[in-house]
Amino acid sequence: MPPTVQIKGISEGLLVTIGEGPWDETHQALLSHLDQQAEFLRGARIALDVGNRILKAVELSVLRKEVAERELSLWAVLSGSPLTEQTAQTLGLATRIGKPRPEKSASLPDASFKSGEGAVLVRRTLRSGFSLHHVGHVVVIGDVNPGAEIVAAGDVVVWGRLRGMVHAGAEGNEQAVVCALDLSPTQLRIASQIALTPKRRGKPQPEMARIRNGQVVAEPWEPKREKL
Amino acid sequence: MTGKVITVTSGKGGVGKTTATANIGAALADFGHKVVCIDGDIGLRNLDVVLGLENRIVYDLVDVVEGRCRLRQAMIRDKRMPELYLIPAAQTRDKSAISPSDMVRLCEELRPEYDFIIIDSPAGIERGFRNAIAPADVVVVITNPEVSAVRDADRIIGLVEAEEKGPAQLVINRIKQDMVRRGEMLTVDDVLELLAVKLVGLVPDDENVVVSTNRGVPVVLDGRSKAGQAFRNIARRLNGEQVPFMNMQEEDGFFGRLARLIRPGGN
Repeated sequence: MPPTVQIKGISEGLLVTIGEGPWDETHQALLSHLDQQAEFLRGARIALDVGNRILKAVELSVLRKEVAERELSLWAVLSGSPLTEQTAQTLGLATRIGKPRPEKSASLPDASFKSGEGAVLVRRTLRSGFSLHHVGHVVVIGDVNPGAEIVAAGDVVVWGRLRGMVHAGAEGNEQAVVCALDLSPTQLRIASQIALTPKRRGKPQPEMARIRNGQVVAEPWEPKREKL
Repeated sequence: MTGKVITVTSGKGGVGKTTATANIGAALADFGHKVVCIDGDIGLRNLDVVLGLENRIVYDLVDVVEGRCRLRQAMIRDKRMPELYLIPAAQTRDKSAISPSDMVRLCEELRPEYDFIIIDSPAGIERGFRNAIAPADVVVVITNPEVSAVRDADRIIGLVEAEEKGPAQLVINRIKQDMVRRGEMLTVDDVLELLAVKLVGLVPDDENVVVSTNRGVPVVLDGRSKAGQAFRNIARRLNGEQVPFMNMQEEDGFFGRLARLIRPGGN
């Protein structure tokens, strides 16, 4: 069965939807489709919906050139694959038309994660502008720089300097804790409590912050203290 | 031979991207390399002014991309140097006039013939920034020893990593040694501790930079300027040489040294 190509008029030009199948075949089918209706389509602006397939920059740029040779212009590529979207954006193509597609939630609503259970491990420095949301615990090996934020339904552990914004127990868990080798976040939240870091004197030391009597307190980590 | 594309960026405005681009470009050209500087700041062009080539602009980057002229026609040769060229930005358009793929194509065209292609990125993290880093082999992030500039640099470094452009390299510009000594300015170590990237240059604050910018003569051409020396060192490091970092201490005479002796821990 040949791959399917659908062409539909939309307010921004033409929306071309291509079906599943290997790119080589779909690509050829698409071009022959465009050739067949060359007269009718001439000068049109095309938005191409490629479904969930992952396309390389080369494939997209070749396609754009071929489309341009047919006196058409490819201005947008819609895809369910973030990789393809990114590639399209690098090539300067739009990845949204008119009404945005329903945004795929960035934090994985994975059924295997019950709120507050399971953890993600991040092994890199979180820099300013980076935002990490997770429904379980978060463990970072590296620094969390000012301007970065972590929001977790469970605990947050940072093996490094914690200087960004951190919110543990974001879904209301008052038992959540935040630990770091150097705990000096811009702002620290546990459940609905918000705390600022006091000016530090002396050398940083590992600390753990938790809610005690309705207030966020940070305590130095001592190996021999009673268990959690 | 394929040229290396170096993008100079910062996030925050006014930290010295354009000055750095002009001076690194001029220094590399002075060492005998073939260099093209591209002004990526469409709508707010400056690089031409800093290089003193403003009055020679006929065609610009947007003209090239839109096919109104050949690439060669938009390249202005700096007559003070053997092989330094500028592709100026358009002043009457904005960043959306070109796309990242246009920049990639342009640089591919330049690569075979030139040793270095240096792109001056606009401030910000939007289209202009994306255009500037799309073709980059090396991204040089400029910052000042100020909390706001360092914060933006951190963001930029994260974005550069996300674009898989390899680890960014850092230049700390406008270091005021006397303020650092008094503990009123972030030290180089403070900045490096936060950003944790490879350092490629330290540039002292130098009034000569303002003078040279106003005259349109890159400060690297002034043999006595400390900032000029620093930019020459950066150019050599970007060319793969190992150059020790220069001593930031100013020669502050007998009394300055005495004052430091009396006030221990101030350094």
